[in-house]
Amino acid sequence: MIFDRTTSRSSDTSLSRRGFLVSAAMTGGSLVIGLTLPLDQVSAVGAEDFAPNAFIRIGQDGEVVLTMPYVEMGQGTYTSIPMLIAEELEVDLKRVRLAHAPPNEKLYVNPLLGVQATGNSNAIRGAWKPLREAGAAARLMLIEAAARQWGVEARSCHAEAGEVIHGPSGRRLSYGELVADAARLPLPTNVVLKSPAEFKLIGTPAKRLDASGKVNGSVVYGIDARPAGVKIATLAQSPVFGGRVKSVDDGAAKLVKGVRQIVRLDDAVAVVADHMGAAKKGLEALKIEWDEGANAALASEDVARELEQATLRAGPVAQNIGDAGQAMANAVTRIAANYHVPFLAHATMEPMNCTVHFRDDECEIWLGTQAIARVRAMAATAAGLPIEKVIVHNHLIGGGFGRRLEADGAVRAVQIARQVDGPVKVVWTREEDIQHDMYRPYWVDRIEAGLDRDGRPVAWTNRFAGSSVIARYLPPAFNNGLDPDTTEGAIDLVYALPNFHVEYVRVEPPGIQTAFWRSVGPSHNVFVTESFIDELADAAKQDPVAYRRALLHHNPRAKVVLDLAAEKAGWGAPLPKGWGRGIALQNAFGSLLAQVAEVEIAKDGSVRVHRVVCAMDCGIVVNPDTVQAQLQSGVMFGVTAALYGEITLKNGRVQQANFDSYQVLRINEAPAVEVHLVKSVEPPGGMGEAGTSGIVPAIANAVFAATGKRLRKMPIDPNALKA
Amino acid sequence: MGFTININGTPRSVDVDGDTPLLWVLRDVLGMTGTKFGCGQALCGACTVHLDGSAIRSCITSIDSIGDSRVTTIEAIGATSAGERIQKAWLDREVAQCGYCQSGQIMSATALLTDNPHPTDANIDDAMSGNICRCGTYVRIREAIKLAAQARVKEG
Repeated sequence: MIFDRTTSRSSDTSLSRRGFLVSAAMTGGSLVIGLTLPLDQVSAVGAEDFAPNAFIRIGQDGEVVLTMPYVEMGQGTYTSIPMLIAEELEVDLKRVRLAHAPPNEKLYVNPLLGVQATGNSNAIRGAWKPLREAGAAARLMLIEAAARQWGVEARSCHAEAGEVIHGPSGRRLSYGELVADAARLPLPTNVVLKSPAEFKLIGTPAKRLDASGKVNGSVVYGIDARPAGVKIATLAQSPVFGGRVKSVDDGAAKLVKGVRQIVRLDDAVAVVADHMGAAKKGLEALKIEWDEGANAALASEDVARELEQATLRAGPVAQNIGDAGQAMANAVTRIAANYHVPFLAHATMEPMNCTVHFRDDECEIWLGTQAIARVRAMAATAAGLPIEKVIVHNHLIGGGFGRRLEADGAVRAVQIARQVDGPVKVVWTREEDIQHDMYRPYWVDRIEAGLDRDGRPVAWTNRFAGSSVIARYLPPAFNNGLDPDTTEGAIDLVYALPNFHVEYVRVEPPGIQTAFWRSVGPSHNVFVTESFIDELADAAKQDPVAYRRALLHHNPRAKVVLDLAAEKAGWGAPLPKGWGRGIALQNAFGSLLAQVAEVEIAKDGSVRVHRVVCAMDCGIVVNPDTVQAQLQSGVMFGVTAALYGEITLKNGRVQQANFDSYQVLRINEAPAVEVHLVKSVEPPGGMGEAGTSGIVPAIANAVFAATGKRLRKMPIDPNALKA
Repeated sequence: MGFTININGTPRSVDVDGDTPLLWVLRDVLGMTGTKFGCGQALCGACTVHLDGSAIRSCITSIDSIGDSRVTTIEAIGATSAGERIQKAWLDREVAQCGYCQSGQIMSATALLTDNPHPTDANIDDAMSGNICRCGTYVRIREAIKLAAQARVKEG
């Protein structure tokens, strides 16, 4: 996902900062609702606290509570965001407590998305300036308060580890002692941030603040919410998208011990019970007849065929440079190919769930969400209540990957809860989670290039077709048939391509809801473009690294990561028979990344990824350990997609159901991952998704190097690679 | 009917059908939410607990099959020597990301280390391949198990 270009006005951080600071006065004492370290205590704060903005609250006891505008779903935001604030606020990271932000689009908007959401790998990009400014403003006020107490110049004082110190006299006051005075001071108008050379925290491998509770079972995810008296429900939704419940025989289900109630909706049936064991047993005992509706015969082949046809029609021009048509006509060699990428499920380890207590005039919700304001708004509609009557409690997230940007699970839970007396936790079975996901779109590309006598690409055209998630999710960002997410990685290649033309044809598959998925647009576009550039290198009979390198004279940052990855991977060194090495290079999420995959193809055609080398320039690194972790993570996610990832439909039904038919990479299949970071003074780029998009073409290119077989459709079909 | 089972050294009585999986007794009846639901079919390992010290999948272990065996969960594993070393190694290596699968990972790793103080890579693969991590923390899980094994060497 990328929204930067369409919402650039709201990314003006000085405006945002003013918004944050001005509105801080209105926050009152009710903000800090969520968690404290070790993330399990409800925190209450008094009215006498110092809360200069919506992110920082310091109590008279010196306790610092930071409210997180971005959610934690494994990517390390609940460490890196506190690092940004603490760097300027001058507090010990180990002593801060964290709170989940409540829904409030004014206070906690993501300036790069224009909504309150965590996605697009942009939490650090969005927070980089405003949250350091929030910390610095608070520090300046505390210093001013101390200086006034002492009757000295503020500039003779400095802050350190939660204290203000007057250098000449050595006097000290703790932040807690200054809270009352600081709260009465005006907000500073001129906040100067530290230069990178002054950073104490940023750039150091800070320990994760959310780690301790994750090794002893004490952290609370949405699925762990247990409001008093909560019942557990599980559900069956129409197995065919768009189908309806025709009849329900619940006689046997009601006899199951612990089953309390059967809830019938238009397109789903839920069993409410004392515990999930009884709910599942009750669900299995239900006899449901479905009216399958218009999609009863749908197969994924139909979707693929329709998209292939769509690539024959002209579409809106997403990018045009030079005259690709003329250059293609004059080219010495022309290479053309079609590429397909499949529907993909998210398969977050925490299955979809949402707890709702629906009362006559109010609705209270517990879940883990990447988009709490969207949940609140859509839940209010489903509940038939004004939005201010909906209370949402966010939690740590057991895997997001874009799935929890959606509010469908909350809407479904509200629909069920409206018929239940008391709180009910709706937990989807894994089968339900996979078969009623909102999927990474299927996309088809028709791509062509023309080469000159030396094999250099003088023309590049690509027309691709598939779903636009943005068009549904954020309609204002879908303009003239285009959106910046669907096209990211297709229109902004790192290479010098003088004649370049890309069109996108939006086609929504019947009945199937599509959604963001780790790396979304680039997960498709980088696979296509980096596979295709490899095809061109092969047609030109040139080495894939040398071929790419020759197209990067204008792009030194890209050249550096390409060279670094090749060098560290031992590019060109001999490999055993049946092994291959492949490379991919991308500029996505504001970061430059080159990845080399080393693969082995067995006689039965199965592919083993042994080693992955990543070279990354993501600008200034906030937490180097997190960057390494996210690259390791993104690589595994991409290897899973390349080897196994595919959702298929037959008779309108998703054919995959659980981790046997929708496989996820396991430890015995996991490659070694090496991460090399380029030192940079550029502003930070995104990290969470980059590793996923680049590794897929790196693997496909490595398979080509080993076998001579070009993979133009994901996932890899071992049958096509049998010796 | 009622069942009394020994969980983390304490007898706990519950009134559920005998075929009720232990997972739901722990999570929903007893409120011990550290053990996680991932798949319901012993395919992902998120629900791993120990039965008399062996790693089992609580999502397919019926309450009537437990009898007098001792159940140990993530909430108490830190009280064992191997469990404590595994938890410490997990923190040292910063293994957890979203963390949802890590209760199960730690239970499997602790059972491995208890049985085999010096696991090889192949031993780690065998013991841990039933535990899925969607965040892909596998590189660090492997490192942390080795770190915990070394900690034992130092102690000895």
